[in-house]
Amino acid sequence: MNLTLKIWRQAGPSVIGKMETYKVSDISPDMSFLEMMDVLNDQLIRDGKDPVAFDHDCREGICGMCSMYINGQAHGPNRGTTTCQLHMRSFKDGDTIYIEPWRAAAFPVIKDLSVDRSSFDRIIQAGGYVSVNTSGNTQDANAIPVPKENADKAFDAATCIGCGACVATCTNSSAMLFVSAKVSQLALLPQGDPERELRVLRMVEQMDKEGFGNCSNTGACEVECPKGISLENIARMNREYLRASVTSE
Amino acid sequence: MATLNSRIPEGSLGEKWTNHKNSIRLVNPANKRNIDIIIVGTGLAGSSAAASFAEMGYNVKAFCFQDSPRRAHSIAAQGGINAAKNYQNDGDSTYRLFYDTIKGGDYRSREANVYRLAEVSANIIDQCVAQGVPFARDYGGLLDNRSFGGVLVSRTFYAKGQTGQQLLLGAYSALSRQISKGKVQMYNRHEMMDVVLVDGQCRGIIARNLVTGEIERHGAHAVVLASGGYGNVFYLSTNAMGSNGSAAWKAHRKGAYFANPCFTQIHPTCIPVSGDYQSKLTLMSESLRNDGRIWVPKKKEHVEAIRNGSMRPENLAEEDRDYYLERRYPSFGNLVPRDVASRAAKERCDEGFGVNKTGEAVFLDFSSAIMRYGKTEANVQGVKNPSEAQMQKMGEDVVRAKYGNLFEMYEKITDDNPYQTPMKIYPAVHYTMGGLWVDYNLMTNVPGLYATGESNFSDHGANRLGASALMQGLADGYFVIPYTVGEYLADDIRTGPINTNTPEFEVAEKEVKDRIKGFLNSNGKTPVDEFHRRLGRIMWDKCGMARNEQGLKSAISEIQALREEFYRDVKVPGRAEEFNPELEKAGRVADFMELGELMCRDALERNESCGGHFREEYQTEEGEALRDDENYAYVAAWEYTGMPAEAKLHKEELVFENVELKQRSYK
Ligand SMILES: Cc1cc2nc3c(=O)[nH]c(=O)nc-3n(C[C@H](O)[C@H](O)[C@H](O)COP(=O)(O)OP(=O)(O)OC[C@H]3O[C@@H](n4cnc5c(N)ncnc54)[C@H](O)[C@@H]3O)c2cc1C
Ligand code: SF4
Ligand code: FES
Repeated sequence: MNLTLKIWRQAGPSVIGKMETYKVSDISPDMSFLEMMDVLNDQLIRDGKDPVAFDHDCREGICGMCSMYINGQAHGPNRGTTTCQLHMRSFKDGDTIYIEPWRAAAFPVIKDLSVDRSSFDRIIQAGGYVSVNTSGNTQDANAIPVPKENADKAFDAATCIGCGACVATCTNSSAMLFVSAKVSQLALLPQGDPERELRVLRMVEQMDKEGFGNCSNTGACEVECPKGISLENIARMNREYLRASVTSE
Repeated sequence: MATLNSRIPEGSLGEKWTNHKNSIRLVNPANKRNIDIIIVGTGLAGSSAAASFAEMGYNVKAFCFQDSPRRAHSIAAQGGINAAKNYQNDGDSTYRLFYDTIKGGDYRSREANVYRLAEVSANIIDQCVAQGVPFARDYGGLLDNRSFGGVLVSRTFYAKGQTGQQLLLGAYSALSRQISKGKVQMYNRHEMMDVVLVDGQCRGIIARNLVTGEIERHGAHAVVLASGGYGNVFYLSTNAMGSNGSAAWKAHRKGAYFANPCFTQIHPTCIPVSGDYQSKLTLMSESLRNDGRIWVPKKKEHVEAIRNGSMRPENLAEEDRDYYLERRYPSFGNLVPRDVASRAAKERCDEGFGVNKTGEAVFLDFSSAIMRYGKTEANVQGVKNPSEAQMQKMGEDVVRAKYGNLFEMYEKITDDNPYQTPMKIYPAVHYTMGGLWVDYNLMTNVPGLYATGESNFSDHGANRLGASALMQGLADGYFVIPYTVGEYLADDIRTGPINTNTPEFEVAEKEVKDRIKGFLNSNGKTPVDEFHRRLGRIMWDKCGMARNEQGLKSAISEIQALREEFYRDVKVPGRAEEFNPELEKAGRVADFMELGELMCRDALERNESCGGHFREEYQTEEGEALRDDENYAYVAAWEYTGMPAEAKLHKEELVFENVELKQRSYK
């Protein structure tokens, strides 16, 4: 395949960026999208030009590092797929592909397609944990049975990879899907119960502080989320928040 | 010459750890506040240690090169974690887990370490559940288990095919809690560039801020490396793109011994290479061998027909299939250990039975499992005389619930639907049993420098059993090092903060800066990746699944030549003072080129076959690994002397008092 790439280039956080055009040829449909980017970078380096910076690590859809906005969609055209899992067979010979970074005030650009998502870490630090020490003196793992249905729902919420596609997709740059996934996971398990109220209040407060926008229920985040994190989690978080606000007064 | 004292405590196997814990010196809480610990790495081994140290009162600085500690490659672990809980009441025990691990490792690991690992394993599960890790449960709400290779009990805890993710997020949450309390300072997007020794003790590191390029000095009373494995020396592996051996290698250059570097694990079930552009390989978890059957056609004409697409594998008659693992190893069947399964796949493919275009693939088939589950489901749901299609559908649902994410991953990469047609798989580099030499306290031979998780060599001998790496990482971090570090730090309560304005830090910083300048000023033309690929090819061909003397010797000279070419011809774009991924890669590949040479040297020295180390000269008539316990029951610990091929060998004899050394048999 031969392709035209329009890629966002930005030398640093405080520099103004712009779209640049590149051509790549002989791309195999079995290549992954990031392998296609490797081909481009190889070409740029050999030509004495600056390669395109982008984040990636596991290249199997689990670390949450890759983060490209492709043809106007977070992680590209396929559902339930991270950028690194996208393959070139999803494109056609002769296509022009637009590639941009996540865009959100809370995710400033570091360079080119690479952004700073440490705001997500700070939200987890605000309360996304169970306060148990690692002493080894905890009770037996089977002491409290957990209904399978709750365990499965908690697991589904816990599969969030923290990629930020939900934020990048949202017109308001809201982080509700990400935050609600963690709140739900821990609210559904008996181990998370004691800190339930404090957790949701603190995490939401931190989310607001980081400059993420409000949720207006468009549901775009669920569509673009590579792990299929469900909107139900947002509803659950709203209930948790309400409950906590009532009890804390 | 420094002596290798493994500091194994006295007493019977079952008492060693308890006695040792009781005799370790303690640091009182007030003094802990005056002690700083650096941890390089935030995978299972690093995050768990960082959280535990901070809870105990030490001041911790943790480093990772990703943009968040949650992204360490432990996140990618799929199948599960072992623990001797015996919830299934199938006869499991601490001793059995110990025995399976020693045997699985082909008798090349330390009894005392492995026993301790088995002892603390049950606690890990308790700890993780308390943190809110959502392990799989049965309908009664209790924890579920599955089986892994090389064992006959069901002791593996799991969370679908995402166990590593769930465990790491658990450890990350414990770490985040300590970060919020200010007890851990977290340095994301930072790479450790060197360790700093003062009067023979490790007292800090030099790090590069990967966003700004700034070179920083960090002092501490002890440094713990939890930097993962070095499988990426092969270029293609199941590791992440950034996984590297540099932290361990830097420590090695500063005096830490590197143990059993040639012990690498080639995992039997990975998605085969599809082209030259390939950047990494993807694992299909060993748990799939619970339900998948491995086969190739019996006849060459069928191989041909499948390769050219004129026949679908699902249409090949049962009697024309060779379920070669079930044939060769009737008692363990598809669940033989990894090294055995990988070699058996290679043997069939070398004989011309490979089922894809490159001839390097075998089938992993779920059709019988789908039908079996379908039948049971039909019974459970009370469907009388279910049709094939109904059973297929119900069976698929059961398999989806167990391995859904893995099947999806497979389909995304290959565009084939594994519910309908067998998966194609082939062995790939996956894990490194070798690593920094450590004593029972997990300290290297450099005082104050520790290594945990995959970065050390300690528990898996010549072959790791599935679901044991996650167990080891968390055991090291939650339950071992938090105690053992006291033995050393008890002497440091009056030292005061480590001053980084000293000649030792200055020299180390200058070396790091000069090296970076060297890369950027090289006027070459060839990108780093190309050298990495070529190195990987040499390693895979000559130090991979099968090795021999001649190949290893030629690999050493080829690597030396490649290294020379690298420094002459590499092209590293950009500047030192900016975000520069190519510069990061250059440093890592330069280190791999030295480490690779040492691996070949180690493989050449070990004139026996054991576990993942298969020397063609040493095999039984049936082609099984032939160990030489008389001459090689030792840990090879290498000391750096300037040239990897001329490293100096130190031996730690392995003493077996509790198990009898036997030829491993899975027949
Ligand atoms: C695909 C896959 C599946 C697996 N499945 C299983 C399984 O089911 N069960 C099982 O038991 N094991 C499994 N394993 C093995 C297991 O996951 C690993 O051995 C284990 O997670 C390693 O943990 P770790 O903490 O030692 O290292 P890692 O998780 O690799 O972490 C390394 C850390 O070190 C940091 N680091 C490295 N170098 C530097 C540097 N120079 N400066 C700063 N930071 C640095 C990284 O940023 C990272 O934080 C699997 C492995 C793979 C690759
Ligand atoms: S909710 Fe989905 S899109 Fe958002 S961070 Fe998690 S995985 Fe990514
Ligand atoms: S690179 Fe890890 S999710 Fe894409």
